[in-house]
Amino acid sequence: MGRTLADKVYDAHVVRRAEGEPDLLYIDLHLVHEVTSPQAFDGLRMAGRPVRRPDLTIATEDHNVPTTDLLAPIADPVSRTQVETLRKNCAEFGVRLHPMGDDGQGIVHVIGPQLGLTQPGMTVVCGDSHTSTHGAFGALAHGIGTSEVEHVLATQTLPQVKPKMMAVTVNGSLPDGVTAKDLILAIIAEIGTGGGQGHIIEYRGRAIRELSMEGRMTVCNMSIEAGARAGMIAPDETTFAYLKGRPHAPEGEAWDEAVAYWTSLRTDDDAVFDKEVVIDASALTPFVTWGTNPGQGLPLGDSVPDPAAIADPTERQAAERALHYMGLTAGTPLRDIAVDTVFVGSCTNGRIEDLRAVADVLSGRRVAEGVRMLVVPGSMEVKKQAEAEGLNAVITAAGAEWREAGCSMCLAMNPDKLTPGERSASTSNRNFEGRQGPGGRTHLVSPAVAAATAVTGRLAAPADL
Amino acid sequence: MEKFVTHTGRAVPLRRSNVDTDQIIPAVWLKQVSRTGFDKGLFSSWREDPGFVLNKPEYEGASVLVAGPDFGTGSSREHAVWALQQYGFRVVIAPRFGDIFRNNSTKMGLLPVVLPAETVEAIQERAERDPRAEIVVDLENRQVRAGDVVASFEIDDYTRWRLLEGLDDIGLTLRHADAITAFEERRPALLPTTS
Repeated sequence: MGRTLADKVYDAHVVRRAEGEPDLLYIDLHLVHEVTSPQAFDGLRMAGRPVRRPDLTIATEDHNVPTTDLLAPIADPVSRTQVETLRKNCAEFGVRLHPMGDDGQGIVHVIGPQLGLTQPGMTVVCGDSHTSTHGAFGALAHGIGTSEVEHVLATQTLPQVKPKMMAVTVNGSLPDGVTAKDLILAIIAEIGTGGGQGHIIEYRGRAIRELSMEGRMTVCNMSIEAGARAGMIAPDETTFAYLKGRPHAPEGEAWDEAVAYWTSLRTDDDAVFDKEVVIDASALTPFVTWGTNPGQGLPLGDSVPDPAAIADPTERQAAERALHYMGLTAGTPLRDIAVDTVFVGSCTNGRIEDLRAVADVLSGRRVAEGVRMLVVPGSMEVKKQAEAEGLNAVITAAGAEWREAGCSMCLAMNPDKLTPGERSASTSNRNFEGRQGPGGRTHLVSPAVAAATAVTGRLAAPADL
Repeated sequence: MEKFVTHTGRAVPLRRSNVDTDQIIPAVWLKQVSRTGFDKGLFSSWREDPGFVLNKPEYEGASVLVAGPDFGTGSSREHAVWALQQYGFRVVIAPRFGDIFRNNSTKMGLLPVVLPAETVEAIQERAERDPRAEIVVDLENRQVRAGDVVASFEIDDYTRWRLLEGLDDIGLTLRHADAITAFEERRPALLPTTS
């Protein structure tokens, strides 16, 4: 029987397999940041263990960093201690670090691909659930907890039980004005927040092949919101073109050898998936969330749902609770929902293409009176590129704030937060209660919808302008 | 890690689905660099509501959390597991868990037990009727006993053995250091390094 893409990558990394035990899987790249690593490094110190492969490990500062001035000391002493702890740990254990203020600094899932460190067929882990992003390259990438961070630091392996395989096939092409973010939000609404649980999702089909690498990263990034630890897309010419010439990409003969191998990384025609979902891309429209989990989303043209119409009692109760928290009334058209803040950024939508989409909509327009708009590039490199293209000038001319790189308001560990009751349209990945600040209310949207919403002050698509 | 064989304790019903790890431990608590002190952060936003189930005196000291489907979804933060344990929980029962949360739990000795939704509801109802009633979670026999409700649960043999023995994963893996070295010797040279 044929094998899936994920089977091939998984099988190539099995260090040891024994009856009745999990497989021991080799990890090619370990990404580290300040939040989930301090207790892991402590564990190594207590046991007197070194980092086995510092040359396969890279760290950055992203979750806590302020986005106003990367050269000033962090004002919050607890955040500052966490960042300083990472610096001490990286120095002690010999791990390469891109600190605040460094040209290579940025969100961990933006810098890996940008450096060419994320390549097809690799295994990638990080103490962060959005590690699934790297699957866009045909890598097997998933988030881990701090105990596993310590395990990878110490052994460069992880005990794993092979997950089940799920195919999400997206037929047809996305219509104009419909983006990768709309697609993944629609997929999550379709399969639910537990739909991919225990599975690796492989995204396939014409609409997926037509996506740029940025778009593919957006899709794979939110696999975790569909319950899957990993999402993957088979590498192709789009992947190779993105990688070519990046600092850590192979060169010369090694490039040709790599491309030959990468080309073999596709699901065999006779491979069987444990689960399959088919989506028609051509029927999709801009998609937004109305509730407090990422599965609670609808097309922008719809209205806030009526919980009474939901048959499943658990879902109904969750919807009632969500509407109460979100301060929404059933039947309100989604386009009538007014926002206070618009956030563009995060590992989901903080890349150059996202910023271009935002500038495209904002060009010659103004952010609505009373609306605050933050644009936070995913990395210093993205920021530099955006500035070279003049995107920052368009964004600031429209009245939005142009910030330094970091995770920022995606999870509000730095000073960028919503206040209680404040409502945002956000290009990030989670609309959980309090995610963007205690009491904050989040609507997940694409960069284009975020920009149009900033202009009108209500949830809107560029076509509405 | 502490061994887990059989746990007897009182249950607290958390009748919510999609309890994500941001709710279990909000991000502000993640700035700590130690492994302790997370009990105060457990459900800290929800605990501001005096009516929240953990604030009810009758559930004080409960050690088995019985929740709705998709418990522990979202962020990979292991702090969620530390917070539950440090608050006093040894077991979480739910119809479905987030994969990373479930994995983190078994690394730390917090037992995640998957039971069918109707069984979970029956256990919740019992805990609501009689908050003092005890529940037995028997890992040895893979069984939960809550009065009339007796339910078997699945857990793979290896994880069960590791929990029963309280074994540290890293130590177990390092027994195979030779296999890791051998694998490293055959890794293709063209793979990238960060140096």
